[in-house]
Amino acid sequence: MATTPDIENEPSPDREFNEEPAAEQPKARVGWQYTLSQVRRDPTAMSGLVVIGVATLVAVVSFVDGVLFAYLAGFGAFASLGVEQYAIAEALWVSPIAETGAPILRPPAFLTNELYPGEPGTLAHPLGTDHRGRDLLVRLFYGTRIAITVGIVSTGLAMVLGMVVGSVAGYYGGLVDDALMRGAETLYAIPFLVLVIVFMVAFGRNLTFAMIGVGVATIPTFARLIRSRVLSVREEEYVDAARAAGVRDRNIIMRHVIPNSFAPVLVQATLQVGVSILIVAGLSFLGYGAQPPTPSWGQMLSNSRDYMLPNPWFSIWPGLAILATVVGFNLLGDGLRDALDPRINN
Amino acid sequence: MSQSEPLLRVENLKTQFFTEEGTVRAVDGVSFEVGEGELVGLVGESGAGKSVAAQSIMRLVEEPGRIVDGTVTYKGRTLVDIERGPDGDLRESEAMLSRREMRTDIRGTEIAIIFQDPMESLNPVFTVGGQVREFIELNRDVSGAEAEEIAIDMLREVGIPEPVKRYDEYPHQFSGGMRQRVLIAMALACEPSLIIADEPTTALDVTVEGQILDLVDDLQEKYDTAFVWVTHDMGVVAEICDSVNVMYLGEVIEQADVDDLFHDTKHPYTRALLRSIPRPDRTVESLDPIGGVMPEAINPPSGCRFHTRCPDAREVCREVHPTHAPPEEGADAAGAGNDGARPADAARAAEADGRQPHLVSCVKYESVGYEHSESLEAEATGAFAGGLAEMRGGERDE
Repeated sequence: MATTPDIENEPSPDREFNEEPAAEQPKARVGWQYTLSQVRRDPTAMSGLVVIGVATLVAVVSFVDGVLFAYLAGFGAFASLGVEQYAIAEALWVSPIAETGAPILRPPAFLTNELYPGEPGTLAHPLGTDHRGRDLLVRLFYGTRIAITVGIVSTGLAMVLGMVVGSVAGYYGGLVDDALMRGAETLYAIPFLVLVIVFMVAFGRNLTFAMIGVGVATIPTFARLIRSRVLSVREEEYVDAARAAGVRDRNIIMRHVIPNSFAPVLVQATLQVGVSILIVAGLSFLGYGAQPPTPSWGQMLSNSRDYMLPNPWFSIWPGLAILATVVGFNLLGDGLRDALDPRINN
Repeated sequence: MSQSEPLLRVENLKTQFFTEEGTVRAVDGVSFEVGEGELVGLVGESGAGKSVAAQSIMRLVEEPGRIVDGTVTYKGRTLVDIERGPDGDLRESEAMLSRREMRTDIRGTEIAIIFQDPMESLNPVFTVGGQVREFIELNRDVSGAEAEEIAIDMLREVGIPEPVKRYDEYPHQFSGGMRQRVLIAMALACEPSLIIADEPTTALDVTVEGQILDLVDDLQEKYDTAFVWVTHDMGVVAEICDSVNVMYLGEVIEQADVDDLFHDTKHPYTRALLRSIPRPDRTVESLDPIGGVMPEAINPPSGCRFHTRCPDAREVCREVHPTHAPPEEGADAAGAGNDGARPADAARAAEADGRQPHLVSCVKYESVGYEHSESLEAEATGAFAGGLAEMRGGERDE
C-alpha cells in the first residue's frame, strides 16, 4: 500500500470520506495489512490468534505424522526409511493408538483419583491414561488435527458455496433469488444434527462426510448473510459503472460485489469454525465422526463418559481442548469484526 | 450535424417503470440526435427522465423498468428497437443487438458513461490504477503491462499529478474532483465515439466543476468524442453544449442549437428555467422560480404536461397535446390560415447549415386556437399554492 501524506492536491468537497485531515491519515483503511495491524493492537484478538496458531501448528504436525506418513508408508522407498503412521510420536514417545499395557485410567502427574488413591500420577503420563492405558496427552495432541481440519474444511466449504448462492441470488434477484433462497431456507428448517446424521447415513459414516455434511448444512447461514450485503452493494454506482463498461455479470460478482460484501462473511466464518468444531465433536460423541482408533476430542469425551467417577481427568482434558479452541476462534472473530467495522474508530 | 446519418439517433424512446402504484412513464417518446463530435445537452429538473433516457440508450434500465417503445441506432447498429407483437406484447426486433453484443461491442468500447457521483463510482476495495487498467484490458486488446502504461498516460492526460504514484492508491485517497478526473480517464481510455455524462459535475463544488468542464472541453477537442451531457444546470449547458434538449416529465419539449435556445427561447418552461438561474445582477428576491413541483409521471397531466405550472397556460393547453415541431411564427396571430411553411423552411435551412433545427412542443406555436382560449393563470397560481396531493394530476384532468 502506497503511503503518501500528499493526498490533497485541490480543495476537496465536504463529502470527502475523512474524519481527520487527510495528511494525518496516510494509510489506507482497507486491505489485509490494515486489518492485521488492527488485530495486532487488540489483545483479545491476539490471544485468540495465539490459541489458533498453536492449535494449527499441532494439527499440522499430527497431520504429517498421522495422515501423510500413513500414505507414504504405501511406497516401498519410504517404508524402508521407517516412515509409517505415527512414526514421529513413537520415535519421541508413545503411539497414540496402540495399547501399550500401561495402567488404565491413571491420574495426571502429581494428582490422584478414586482408582489410585495415594498413588499420584507420574510424568510418564503427564495427563494420565484412558480406559485402554493410552496416553491422554498424545491422544489430545493428535486429536487437534481432526478439530482444526473439520472446522476449517467444513466452514470453508460452507463459505464458498454460501457466497456463490447468496451473491447470485442477491445480484440477480427475482426468480433466481426466490429459488435459491427458498432452497437455503428449507435446509435451515431441518434440525442441524438430524440433517448431518441423515447425510452421513446416506453417503457414508466417516469424517469426510461429516465435514461435507456440516459444511452443506451451514450454507444457508453464509448465503443469507452475503445476500443481505449484496442487495445493497449491487445498487452502488461502481456496479452500474462496471455494467456500463461492458463487464460481464460473472466478473461483476467476483470483482465488485463479493469483495465489497466480504467483511461480515469473514467474521462469520471465524466464528463458525468454532461452532463447526463443537458440532463435529458432538457427532464424534454420537459415534458419527472420526472412527476409532483415530484420536479425536469428541470421541475421547464419548469414551470418558463411562469413567467420569474413577478418572474425571479423562473427560476434563478433551473438554478443555475443545473449549480453548472454540474460544480462540471466537476471540479472533470478535477482533476481526472490530477491525473490519469502519464505524469503530480505534 | 450533417446530412449524413448522425452518430446516435434516438427515436420515440419510451421507458416505463412498472411499480405497485402504477406505471411510471419516466421517458415518454423522446427523440434526438447526436452528430459526430457533438456535445448535446439533456436538461431538465429532477425527475424529468434525463438519467433514465441516458440509461435506456445503453440498455442499462433495470427491473421494474423497461423500454417499451422506440428505436436507438448508433453508427447504423440498432441498440434498441422495440415493437409490439400481434397480441400486444413487447418484442425486441431482429435487428436489435443481443445482450452479449451490447456488452462486448458497445458498452465501454463505443459508448462510455460517466456517472453522477464520483465518490461512489469507483470500487473502494481496489486501487484506482487497477480499476482503470481493468477497464482498458476489458475493452482493448492489449496486454496487462501495456494497459498499465495506457492507464498511467490517461491519468496524466486528465490532469492527475504524479500519476505513477497515484496509480497504486485507493479511491478514498482521492478528492472528489480527482475521482471525477479518474472516471473521465476511464471513459476516454478506450476512445469511445460517444460518452454519456450523467450529471458528472453535480456532486462537485463550483471551482472543481469549472476545472472539469475545461478539461472535458480540451479533451473533446483532442479526441473529437461526442457527448450526451445530462444536467439540470443551464449554466453548464451554456458553457459546453452545442445543442440542447430540454426535458419535462419524460418529454423533450424544446430542442435547439445552444445559441438559439438562450437567445430565442420558445417554450415557456425553458424561459422559466432560464429565469430561475441565480445571477449576480439580481437578488434572491427577484429570482423567479417555477411554481409548484413537477407532477408525478404515473399520471401526467392531460394536454400539455406543463400546463399545471405554466405562466402562459390557457384552457386549450389542458386539452391539446402539443406536437414537437418547428414553431410557427405568429401562428397565434395569423390563426388557422398559416400552414407552417415558413418555419419548416427555416428548419431545413438550419439543417443544411449543420445546425439543430429549433423544435418546440407548445400549443402557443400551433394553430389550435390558443389565442382565443381563456387563461388558466388562476389555476397555475393555485397549483403553486397547493400541496403535492393536488399536483398528482387526475382530479384536474377533464
